[in-house]
Amino acid sequence: MLRLVSFALFLAIWWIAALFVGAAKLPSPPAVLDIIIAEASNGALFLHLGATLARVALAFVLAMSLGSAIGYLMGRVKLADRLGDPWLILLLNLPALVVIVLAYIWAGLTEAAAIAAIAINKLPTAIVTLREGTRALDRSLDEMASVFAMPRWRAFRHVVLPQLAPYIAASARSGLSLVWKIVLVAELLGRPNGVGFEIGVAFQLFDTPRLLAYSLTFAAVVLVIETALVQPFEARASRWRPREA
Amino acid sequence: MRLKVDITGKTFRSAAGGTQEVLAPVSFALQSGEVGVLIGPSGCGKSTMLRIILGLDRDFGGHVSRPPEARIGMVFQEPRLLPWRSVEQNVRLAAPDVTDAKLAELFRILELEAHRSHFPGELSLGLARRVALARAFAVEPDLLVLDEPLASLDDALAGRLRDEIATLVASRPVMTLLVTHSLDDAIRLGDRLFLLSPRPARIVREVPIAIPRAERSESELGRIRAELAALQLESK
Repeated sequence: MLRLVSFALFLAIWWIAALFVGAAKLPSPPAVLDIIIAEASNGALFLHLGATLARVALAFVLAMSLGSAIGYLMGRVKLADRLGDPWLILLLNLPALVVIVLAYIWAGLTEAAAIAAIAINKLPTAIVTLREGTRALDRSLDEMASVFAMPRWRAFRHVVLPQLAPYIAASARSGLSLVWKIVLVAELLGRPNGVGFEIGVAFQLFDTPRLLAYSLTFAAVVLVIETALVQPFEARASRWRPREA
Repeated sequence: MRLKVDITGKTFRSAAGGTQEVLAPVSFALQSGEVGVLIGPSGCGKSTMLRIILGLDRDFGGHVSRPPEARIGMVFQEPRLLPWRSVEQNVRLAAPDVTDAKLAELFRILELEAHRSHFPGELSLGLARRVALARAFAVEPDLLVLDEPLASLDDALAGRLRDEIATLVASRPVMTLLVTHSLDDAIRLGDRLFLLSPRPARIVREVPIAIPRAERSESELGRIRAELAALQLESK
């Protein structure tokens, strides 16, 4: 209910601002809705959204799995931490644009280059978060698992993983928002489709309604994924915590 | 099966850079069916000794031989349950081979039936300790190590659990090592008592109790208690 009110307020402010600024700079909500409907009915909207989502999914999964594995290793093994730390600091501070441009130069304007560039941008934050999570693991529970001779996999699944779950959720959430932002830049610079590409075209033509139509649909999809996937996962991961009655 | 402990010493490096001796030479052995009790002042190094015996600490002088196939059941000082798994899952994860009947019996004895599906965060400390006991018993251990398992329980419950430990120990050949502050627990459960000195711990005296556990009457317990009190005065 409160969310609806908040959304209505957003629309109202937008509409009023549009009246003041003029349609060329800020088109009104119905004008943008018209474009969304037109693009949806000729299929272009879904094509571009689909392309972007596929890239997000691939890059996200790649960065999360690789980043979690490396982060866990660095948290557990001191040598890995020492060796990996300088790389990590370099990656953390490397601007996204540099990674994307270099990837396109070295690997060509290919799908693989785009996905790798997006994944590399997200990788270091996943590593850092999981490394912290691994460092915070409860030693006394490790000892319990070892005394009761729990097989490695069972101990990992029931003793270690639940402790890492909040860190994985946090890293997924911050990572997803990072990937959403970077995927559009990568598409703008070197892909012939996707929301980023469309926004680039709209920018060149100064086509504000089109630009807003694509960005807002994209934002809506992000919102849906966030509430439908990320939040339930977080809730599930912490369901054992005693709740206030 | 036989547990043989032969520790020649253990030192910790303190944060300031110096070394601190935690254990002096300590050696004893334990047979199947025997209950050994370690009694000593707080901080004398009992927990360190247990960690060495359990194989959690390998940085010590000497040797501990325990049959490699021996199943270990352990009750830590804190319950050490997995907060994200239910009571029943906590037990089953440590003891995957436990039968439903055995589990039901354990939960009945320890009065945990109503708490099977609760999470540890919802339990009182007393209940959590009982779950830790259930977990250690469920593995049907060859070596049972109890680190002050009855602390912070009320007397009636502690007494009942003590009897349950005695029953379990009698029911199968298990080597039991009990660490306790309570002289009463020690003389009711133990076959051999090891009196430890303050840090660095060494065994000041070994006191065997020849009368079988089940046949110790109150008067005999009183006599043993008086004997021990005299010994402890002597060693001070």
